Amino acid sequence: MSEFLQQLLNGLSLGAIYALIALGYTMVYGVLRFINFAHSDVFMVGAFIGYYLGKFVPENTVWGGLVVLLAAMLGCALLGMIIERLAYRPLRGAATLNVLITAIGVSLLLEYSGQVFFGATPRTFPAVFPSANYAFGSLVISSNQILVIVVAALLMVALQLIVYRTKIGTAMRAVSLNPKAAQLVGVNNDVVISFTFGLGSALAGAGGILYALNYPSIDPLMGVMPGLKAFVAAVLGGIGNIPGAALGGLLLGTVETFVNGSQWSTYKDAIAFAILIIILLFRPAGLLGKFTVEKV
Amino acid sequence: MPKPHVYLLAALIIALGISHVSDKIDPYHLDVLTGIGINIILAVSLNLVNGFTGQFSLGHAGFMSVGAYAAAAFSLFLGPQLLGSAGGTPFQQGCLFFGALLTGGFFASLAGLLVGVPSLRLKGDYLALVTLGFGEIIRVIIQNVEFLGGALGLNGIPPYTTIFWVLAFVALSVFVVSCLVNSTYGRGFLATHDDEIASEAVGLNTTHYKIVAFVIGAFFAGTAGGLYGHFKMTITPTGFDFTKSVEIVVMVIMGGMGNTLGVILAAVLLTLLPELLRPIAEYRMIIYSLLLIVLMLVRPQGLFNFKLGKAKT
Repeated sequence: MSEFLQQLLNGLSLGAIYALIALGYTMVYGVLRFINFAHSDVFMVGAFIGYYLGKFVPENTVWGGLVVLLAAMLGCALLGMIIERLAYRPLRGAATLNVLITAIGVSLLLEYSGQVFFGATPRTFPAVFPSANYAFGSLVISSNQILVIVVAALLMVALQLIVYRTKIGTAMRAVSLNPKAAQLVGVNNDVVISFTFGLGSALAGAGGILYALNYPSIDPLMGVMPGLKAFVAAVLGGIGNIPGAALGGLLLGTVETFVNGSQWSTYKDAIAFAILIIILLFRPAGLLGKFTVEKV
Repeated sequence: MPKPHVYLLAALIIALGISHVSDKIDPYHLDVLTGIGINIILAVSLNLVNGFTGQFSLGHAGFMSVGAYAAAAFSLFLGPQLLGSAGGTPFQQGCLFFGALLTGGFFASLAGLLVGVPSLRLKGDYLALVTLGFGEIIRVIIQNVEFLGGALGLNGIPPYTTIFWVLAFVALSVFVVSCLVNSTYGRGFLATHDDEIASEAVGLNTTHYKIVAFVIGAFFAGTAGGLYGHFKMTITPTGFDFTKSVEIVVMVIMGGMGNTLGVILAAVLLTLLPELLRPIAEYRMIIYSLLLIVLMLVRPQGLFNFKLGKAKT
């Protein structure tokens, strides 16, 4: 029983990170209807910003850690907006396939530039936050796990407030519902899309730092697997649906952790894709998504 | 005899001719030529799926790996029993290799069917993701299968791949794909690409066409894998990862999707480029990715597609 609880806890903290990345996929899909393949590499860049900044702030302090976290979020938000401006905006209105190919191109560009400029060898991420382990009976909780869950929860609440309580959030929902109609009532679509990319990328940056704190070996290809799994999480919850992305992330993280602890642990990377295929076959709109019929 | 068949026959005779003088060709050039041939098979077969039928698949390397492993297993495990300990005559070896390649193609197309039937109901980015996922699942499964060498890979595959086999299969794949899409039946692939809803409305079974394209594409990817395995003599699951799939996709896009000649040219160019750029090899993938982005922004119909105004995107 205590092992079950322990695994559940590990799964939830992994799932919280997946959820943070998945939110970025889901928001961009909501406004632009395409999968931003480069998102997982923005996540990687976030971890590397943390790696380089971590040398300048004192280790094991809360404020140092927060500075690193905020800087990574800011840096990634900028990167996301730049990517959108240079690669995706010129293709607005082009065929979906072209945008998809461009997104794959941007993703590969970030990965391989990372390998050249950061070096392909894995680095050890500095311990920017103070870490401790708390034991409750046989249950061990690390402060990093608590941090992941708390930060992720705070960011998701903040996101929910932005999307539902602010003007720009309303504009985002309007663009997501019908871009042309939104433009007609005076929404500047470019600004909204840019903001969406910034917001999603900031969450990915935060995810990168939190992931690196728990799995402190970072390299330029570190984003690929978590990115793909977060995408699966977004589809699982219903793509374009913000609470769905959070739910999907948590579910996927938990399932994966349990598989990892079982005798099938070598199949851990395949399980996410198996879930993706099953969900697309039986409930393509996701757990919380609405099923829509294609109109001609 | 119809024209394409004449071409195929001519190509096979040329291949036979080249293979007779192959010991006079510099081994390095022969290796590069083999690499080009294998990439042409991969690109032309993916072109049937991505270009002509318009289904964006990112798992071609997965089918290639199925073919490579099936063919290698065939000649490694069945070869000694069929040929005896002496190794057999060159003709017997050739027959065995042909069998191995067909086995590779068969298992790859079986995998294509298994992947295609459930996933081809999806479109665009979803399909890309699912095929990518299947590619990864295939890799994980092979890594966990003991008699296929697991993560270490299969070693000691007999070096049966000669320039004749490579050129013959290049000719065969180009022949099959172009005859298929230019036939009355094959118009269905183009119709599926152009407008799926409209084709369904006039009574075409688009799912059927997609699956046929997928299975045939996977078959040739499998034979290319078999050629590759018997050429390199060793295969590992990680050799057929996402990067390899992307490489093939870049060839198809650069050639102009649904343009066989352009795709062949792109495959030649992209195989030669790394050889020429060897001094700056670490920038190779950066160049590929920039190429993808710039192509999509500036020339989405592909580098080698000169039919202006008719470009299909």
